[in-house]
Amino acid sequence: MADPMKIRAQMKGDTAEVRVLMSHAMETGQRKDNAGATVPAHFIQSITVDVGGKRVIQGQTGTAVSRNPVFGFKVKGAKAGDKVVINWVDNKGDKRTDETTIAA
Amino acid sequence: MKQRLSTLLVAAAMSAAFAVHAQQPVKKPVPPPAKAAASAKQGGITAEFEKFREVLEEDNPAELFEARGEDIWKHKKGPDGASMAQCDLGLGAGVVKGAYVQMPRWFADVGQVMDAERRVVHCMVKYLGYKEEDIRKQPFSNVNKTPDHVSVITYVAGQSRNLKIAAPQKHPKEKETYEIGKEIFAYRAGPYDFSCATCHGEDGKRIRTQDLPNLRKPDQAIRAYQGWPGYRMTGGFMLTQQWRMNDCFRQQRFPEPGYLSDSITALLAYMTATANGQVYKGPGIKR
Repeated sequence: MADPMKIRAQMKGDTAEVRVLMSHAMETGQRKDNAGATVPAHFIQSITVDVGGKRVIQGQTGTAVSRNPVFGFKVKGAKAGDKVVINWVDNKGDKRTDETTIAA
Repeated sequence: MKQRLSTLLVAAAMSAAFAVHAQQPVKKPVPPPAKAAASAKQGGITAEFEKFREVLEEDNPAELFEARGEDIWKHKKGPDGASMAQCDLGLGAGVVKGAYVQMPRWFADVGQVMDAERRVVHCMVKYLGYKEEDIRKQPFSNVNKTPDHVSVITYVAGQSRNLKIAAPQKHPKEKETYEIGKEIFAYRAGPYDFSCATCHGEDGKRIRTQDLPNLRKPDQAIRAYQGWPGYRMTGGFMLTQQWRMNDCFRQQRFPEPGYLSDSITALLAYMTATANGQVYKGPGIKR
């Protein structure tokens, strides 16, 4: 089971600023280990973000994204107290869902 | 080796970027006197880099390692049911808040002055059943693995965020360790006849675009203390203050000290006590 994400969500005027830190190895499949064997690709393949029960982001990511990535975005029309649910699924089928509420 | 090479490449790419940047006209209404111009330009580059670092610090993946370390500290049990709640970091059993900035200190139970990292490893061996020889096999993180004790150290350091550094200098052994550190700091040796003081003993020294702090002064010693443990973006892992100190030995072409060596504790005692009174900002981020 993957480590939890760190999510921060705060209102700035009428938009919510959301930032999420994900713990993931994000192996590109290009790297070789000390023994010279290729480290198999292992990366987050899809991300979804729901704010207040409404899907606001449905995204696909690949190997160009860094290890332990940070994503930040702004959501218009959200309000303090709305629930933010973020989910990712990687290419090995491992997944993780975390949530938080938007702070005022 | 590969890792080091890629680090070098990144460093080269970055200095190239800085060089391009340096050619841009400097936004200065009044041209400074000729002598100050060079250092002003230098300061500008450093300021740019600091800005870059500040942006990154808002979302520092070091937090992920803090969380992992917290989990180990709070929930992991040793073979006989012991936990880190019994670990005394100098402020009482299980007290983590503010402990990091108050080490190295004298620990009567072991009759030794220990720095934070040493004490954490000591506790993990004593209470959680980690084997010291296993920890010594891979004391520092690499691209494949950030060891558990590094996460725990990151957690402990995070619990001293925004607190003043107050390394104690009361016990005679604490004073002695400080003096030994001061001695090692100035000790010239090795094929280059280097000492720590060669680079860190005067104001205004630098390596390429990197300004070097004069570690004999409190307001500059903090700059070497700050940002460790640090999340290294190249590779994505945590590195500790001990790693940094070992790397300084390597850069001087000294033999590298063994993990948790007395000499490193002494140097940390000297540096930390010199930085006493300055505010520690918590785990940092490194390129």
